[in-house]
Amino acid sequence: MKKLNRRNFIKGSLAGGLAAAATCNAKDAKAAGGDFGGYPDSMGVLVDLTKCVGCRTCEAACNKEQGLPEPDKPFDDFSVFDERREGGLPRRTTEKAYTVVNRYEVEGRAHPLFRKVQCNHCNEPACLTSCFVNAYTKTPEGAVIYNPKVCVGCRTCMIACPFYVPAYSYSSAINPVVKKCIMCYDTRLKFGRPPACVEACPQGVMTFGKRKDMIALAHEKINAKPGKYVGHVYGETEVGGTSWMYLSDVPFAEIGFDTHLGKEPIISHVKDFLAIVPMVLCIWPALFTGFHLLATRKQTNKENSTKA
Amino acid sequence: MLGKIASHYFAGKSRLLHEKSLYERLAFSFILKRREKMGLKTGKLIGLAALIAMTAPLALPQKASCEVFELNSLANLFEGVSFDHDMHIEAVSDNCSVCHHHSAGTPPTDATCIPCHLKSAETDSAACNACHVNEPFSSASLEASASNPLLHHKVKPGLKAAYHQNCLGCHQETGGPVGCQDCHALTEKGEKYYNTGQFAPKPGKSSSHH
Ligand code: SF4
Ligand code: SF4
Ligand code: SF4
Repeated sequence: MKKLNRRNFIKGSLAGGLAAAATCNAKDAKAAGGDFGGYPDSMGVLVDLTKCVGCRTCEAACNKEQGLPEPDKPFDDFSVFDERREGGLPRRTTEKAYTVVNRYEVEGRAHPLFRKVQCNHCNEPACLTSCFVNAYTKTPEGAVIYNPKVCVGCRTCMIACPFYVPAYSYSSAINPVVKKCIMCYDTRLKFGRPPACVEACPQGVMTFGKRKDMIALAHEKINAKPGKYVGHVYGETEVGGTSWMYLSDVPFAEIGFDTHLGKEPIISHVKDFLAIVPMVLCIWPALFTGFHLLATRKQTNKENSTKA
Repeated sequence: MLGKIASHYFAGKSRLLHEKSLYERLAFSFILKRREKMGLKTGKLIGLAALIAMTAPLALPQKASCEVFELNSLANLFEGVSFDHDMHIEAVSDNCSVCHHHSAGTPPTDATCIPCHLKSAETDSAACNACHVNEPFSSASLEASASNPLLHHKVKPGLKAAYHQNCLGCHQETGGPVGCQDCHALTEKGEKYYNTGQFAPKPGKSSSHH
């Protein structure tokens, strides 16, 4: 099966425009940006937030599966739920943790609500469409993966992602690269196995299957127990749909979900911006050097300042 | 991975109480052989690959009584869990359906089961793993449920999830143990997995950039 990469997106979105003519064969231009809607048989995960007990096993599982560095605190240390970033925000994903669980105290709810955060694997990923160097791929299985060898660490995707997912590794000062959840593509998804966090979760918070089946299941669950869930499946339509979707008994806006993203993929907003991409490709070597220098200098500055 | 080692659940006549260590971390089939070798009368043996099979069929109260099961399906990262079946039967006032839904011959209590199963007979096995599989999301499991148009329970929790939803849900309501390690003491492997105990990160070694 053909993989959907940024190039297809450009083809689709510019519909035979300059970019398409310059970069590809017209016959490949199938995936129309804006209404692509995802691969029909792609896999998905339905996260039932009512079931999560905040045990952090998914975090430990991800750490081991992805070979991530030692965490700052043990995975059975629940004081992480009290950690706050700037602006009083709870934890976000980092280059050392592709998934984090956060706690929300909800008035009137018997227990706090716990919410696991990771890449949502958008049908039409803003990280992918925004990447100048074509580092990202949306696989037919649904995962949004990236090629660290191509990434120049420019951080455009970090800004483009509506869910604040991509983080950067600074372990190599010369080549900072993007780091994020890949839906366990390399080790599991591509072999038809569920992600490590899904399998490890003791509560069965996450259900893995074809995305379309997950959508049907979500609505079945909502209808089966009227009043239990809020009547919305987060991710079914947001930004063109995501592979990871959520059910909740608390309005999504109250537990840190952005409910103003709309149904349009982010790509639709950046079409004009994308028109300059082919040009960017032409001047690519120069840009590459530029980004590289910038990234390196920034890191060197950082190191100098920490040394001082 | 979690859930790889099959556990067991005996609804037979023999007592596991004094055989606990023998059975620790043994796969089900192995146990079966061993029991035969030991000349034990197998009785009604029900294989169950995991943690908490709350109550026994009401029809067999004598058979299931006085038993403490060693639930070992997660006995890789965790020590086995000793489960006092008797005590739980008492806790639910002999209403097997609280945990066994409609499979133990008592009328179901869950409103979603009632329309079809109000008068269902006891099933061949009331063991949790007779319905809740170890790997609910394997290609084989997904394929099996997709290719069976008559299957009503298309998505049911895997064994581990079934245990935890059942046990923890009730424990939260009734004041039973709810902390992970209240039931699951970590093995050395488990401590490594959770980066805790002897494998806890050394303070001040943080390398994060925030
Ligand atoms: S959630 Fe962010 S990083 Fe993940 S696919 Fe969507 S845009 Fe990309
Ligand atoms: S899908 Fe894999 S990479 Fe993503 S959070 Fe889960 S374990 Fe980590
Ligand atoms: S492993 Fe499951 S129950 Fe535990 S924190 Fe993660 S999602 Fe929640």
